[in-house]
Amino acid sequence: MTQHSRRRLLFGGAAIGAGVLLAGCTSNEESSNEAQINTNSGGNANAEPGQAVTIGFSAPAADHGWLAAITTNAQAQAKAYSDVTFNMVEAGADAAAQRAALSTLISQKPTVIVMLPHDGKELNAAGLEAMQAGIPVVNLDRAFPDDKAYRTQILGDNYGMGVSAANFIIAQMKAKGVSAPIIGEIAGMDELELTQERSRGFSETLAQAGFRVANRRAARFTADSGQQEATGLFQAVQKLDAVWNHDDDQGIGVMAAINQANRKEFIMVGGAGSKKAMEDIQADNTPLKATVTYSPSMASSAVSLARLIGQNRGMSDLVELQVPKSIVLASETITKENASNYLKLGF
Amino acid sequence: MSEDAPTSTATSERSAGLPAQSPPVDPAVTHATAGKTAAPRLSWWSGDGGEGAKRNLGLIGVLVALVVIGIATRPDLYSDSSWVWGNFLTILKLASVVGVVTVGMTFVIIGGGIDLSVGAIIAIAGVWSTTVATQNFGAGGMIFTALVVGLSVGLINGLLISYGKLVPFIATLAMLVAARGLAAEISNKQTQVSDNDFINGIAANSLLGIPLLVYILAAVVIGGWVLLNRTTFGRRTVAVGGNPEAARLAGINVKRHTVLLYALSGLCCGIAAIMLTSQATSAQAAMANLYELDAIAAAIIGGTLLSGGRGTIVGSLLGVLIFSTITNLFAINGLSTEAQNMVKGGIIVAAVLIQQVQFGSLGKFLRRNRATTA
Repeated sequence: MTQHSRRRLLFGGAAIGAGVLLAGCTSNEESSNEAQINTNSGGNANAEPGQAVTIGFSAPAADHGWLAAITTNAQAQAKAYSDVTFNMVEAGADAAAQRAALSTLISQKPTVIVMLPHDGKELNAAGLEAMQAGIPVVNLDRAFPDDKAYRTQILGDNYGMGVSAANFIIAQMKAKGVSAPIIGEIAGMDELELTQERSRGFSETLAQAGFRVANRRAARFTADSGQQEATGLFQAVQKLDAVWNHDDDQGIGVMAAINQANRKEFIMVGGAGSKKAMEDIQADNTPLKATVTYSPSMASSAVSLARLIGQNRGMSDLVELQVPKSIVLASETITKENASNYLKLGF
Repeated sequence: MSEDAPTSTATSERSAGLPAQSPPVDPAVTHATAGKTAAPRLSWWSGDGGEGAKRNLGLIGVLVALVVIGIATRPDLYSDSSWVWGNFLTILKLASVVGVVTVGMTFVIIGGGIDLSVGAIIAIAGVWSTTVATQNFGAGGMIFTALVVGLSVGLINGLLISYGKLVPFIATLAMLVAARGLAAEISNKQTQVSDNDFINGIAANSLLGIPLLVYILAAVVIGGWVLLNRTTFGRRTVAVGGNPEAARLAGINVKRHTVLLYALSGLCCGIAAIMLTSQATSAQAAMANLYELDAIAAAIIGGTLLSGGRGTIVGSLLGVLIFSTITNLFAINGLSTEAQNMVKGGIIVAAVLIQQVQFGSLGKFLRRNRATTA
């Protein structure tokens, strides 16, 4: 019996010790990135505090880097204004959960709502409801089909990402003198419209140069799925000339697969513009030669626009007295030459 | 620890499905081992010993068919022998993570349970082991963390099910949601990159031309096989899954055994978390998406009975290999993931349908039908 209890004591002690040790292991201090916000240091008239504004914010629960950066940016930008009260509601895991969260938000009557819908089509009705309740809606990233459902939209250019990636690859291939390059594509989640748009821009631009995608795999914006799909791609095509990977977060896995398969014969273009991708491009010792932006800084801009709408101000560089209805960000190409300029926008 | 002596090991070999093996059955030994469960549960033990072997031969047939389809559709690739060897290793590497999870899942299902939380356990173990604080402890600290976190989450599952009397489906479903939530909380929803060369090297390096991941898979499969077929633990698992009441009357501590089964599944997920982190050189809360379905599907088409009491490690491994071969087949032909998922679903249904057909009774059925129509 004594031996039994001693063993229990030993196991119990070990379990508690391991628990204490592990609880200490959840800290993540160093990994947080700085938010990308506009601090308005340039003496802009709009920077002056104005009428107090409450901005309601709703975005899907972040499960990867880009979405996490969206939320962080929006929060940080709101904090930079003394006249803004920021009210964030968690939008949960799907469109239905976000719809429920939004009706709660609408009933609280914020001055303006900034919303990144799970899916623009599915949340269109929620946008209409808010607008009818007299709350201007700023749609972030995923457009509503109905023009009446938003006051302003600020979108990334998914089609343009594909175009930029294709243009970079075409230029590189022409410079190398490859006339019929073998091109691979590692897309994001195929069920999202934005993935379809990106792929369409890519293949249509390639077609203009007479190129085509030889093999396309769809990953899930996660590093482990990126690794798996890239491994499949390398297995299918033994010699590649160029690869476009839609998302730099899943690109971590793609780069791992490149290392594991020891494939270096091609050039790769990334997407979105993470800090790690920009650093890899600068270092220039991997196949990753460029990335096309789809910057989460649009969340900061959306909050700034929402504030101006709430205060009835326009954008001071434009003649109009009100904020425009639609802004589409250009997808820029980051290469070794200009990476240092963009590093502060990396997430 | 002593009510069933390890003398009856010869008879248990059949459940591993080794083909062409039919050792003589010693009824006395069988009876002694199975205790009071022997009478109703004789089938897995001695009645249809050849059934597992037949099923596994069928699965190998499916694998061969898949390879033949590969050869027919991409003869250019298959004509290169170095590519064929490399592709074989790639399929094994692809199978390694899910394979390790499936071994744990097979034990849980044979024991009469189900574990829906395996993907989430991988995520929480992977994320916890790649935090900045854990990475400061080096590779040893990361591996220790992943294993202990996996084991602990599995233990919680087991305790909830055994002593909290929750249905396994509900308990592990709750864990699926909660563990992914905690993983997102710890990782602050970011992808955590592993900077540890040793961990990253597990997926990148080979020993004697065979990737380290394949050795890990082999070790877990062999360990699982021995545990299921050569130890009291394995025999108790089958007894608990086949008829828990009879197992309890036979003197098995069913509750404690159930806890251990879920802990074992959790431990396998801890191992898988290290392997997956190494492959992706990173971890995040959304990793190992839907691995629970892959593992359950592989175990089921491998012949594990979803209601418990029967199953083999070899069958489960073959199930995993079939899925990774299909994935590979679709990749080398450049076909879309949608088509692949549809085919996977079809194969699960087909495999279970084929297993339900017992050829003896089919013959009887046909004869009877002919008799009635005539």
